[in-house]
Amino acid sequence: MGPSAVRLLNIFVPIKRAVDYAVKIRVNPEQTGIDLNVKHSMNPFDEIAVEEAVRIRERLKDAVKSIKVVTIGPPKSAETLRTALAMGADSAIHVEIPESAPAPEPLGVAKTLRALIERQKEGVDVVIMGKQAIDDDAGQTGQMLAGLLGWSQATFASKVVVDPEQKVANVTREIDGGLEELRCKLPVIITTDLRLNEPRYASLPNIMKAKKKPVEKLTTAELGIDLTPRLETIKVTEPPKRVGGGKVANVDELLAKLKEAGITGKHA
Amino acid sequence: MASKATRLRALALYKELHRLGRDYEPSYDFHGKLRRMFEKNRNLADEGEIEKALKMGEYIRNETLALYSLRKYRHLKRMYPSNSTVDPLTDRWP
Repeated sequence: MGPSAVRLLNIFVPIKRAVDYAVKIRVNPEQTGIDLNVKHSMNPFDEIAVEEAVRIRERLKDAVKSIKVVTIGPPKSAETLRTALAMGADSAIHVEIPESAPAPEPLGVAKTLRALIERQKEGVDVVIMGKQAIDDDAGQTGQMLAGLLGWSQATFASKVVVDPEQKVANVTREIDGGLEELRCKLPVIITTDLRLNEPRYASLPNIMKAKKKPVEKLTTAELGIDLTPRLETIKVTEPPKRVGGGKVANVDELLAKLKEAGITGKHA
Repeated sequence: MASKATRLRALALYKELHRLGRDYEPSYDFHGKLRRMFEKNRNLADEGEIEKALKMGEYIRNETLALYSLRKYRHLKRMYPSNSTVDPLTDRWP
């Protein structure tokens, strides 16, 4: 019996340059958004995605042909791509938008990713991305991309096993009340949860080597995508400051205070 | 006399530690301590002593990396707690 015609897997990992996890988020003075003049780094969930792609290759070895990372962002996002390349990705795509442009919305990002995936002559078999970005916590892009492409999706993955022979991915998902196991036909969109893995550190020698890896630069115009926001943010404010609690001396005082607050225990 | 190989190792280690020090608690003066420790050992000649000093530097690098990892993981775990009642950590793959 001859060897089965198993196509080599191409893994696609979208990543985002987001506000760093350690930064204390502040609303900007104009109340239109958060202060973005702060430290940025790769979204932690996307780090987990890059790590998972590299681990899949470590497990499947020659069955994985390429790991491509992609980002949509200002020129500074190139640094984020470099970190991913240092972690083990082979090449990158940078869809560059102007520094002054508004942040792309999940639907816009999903449409851009679809255009990029359809452009890949060798096809894409597995898309792994973070379940949400820690600066906007939208958690929509992966699902929207799966909908646009009509591909299977497995979100909040806490364990991923890809079977290139069977052309499926067995994914364990974290859901309320437990774990769910899915078997998804390739191609598949997987979004990562925190407990999937612990990302490796991109050492300085690897970051230097990553400078030699190819980075393709594209614009949204070339892809035929319009990233103009469809939503208008009217106002952003901080939550109201917590008012301090007070101590009561005994149950009678507690009842008196509750009555003051209008809680009488009788139906209105 | 320190060989070329150990010199390169020491330089690479210094660069790596310097880069790591950027994220350390500023009041600790990581960069200052790093420089002083390297300067203190600059004239080591005995191979064994050089090896020991380099190993110490590598140990500190690994410890700092572990510290950063833990700090990040703990922060993220608090920000994004697991909803499930099953502990995924016991469900690790081999």
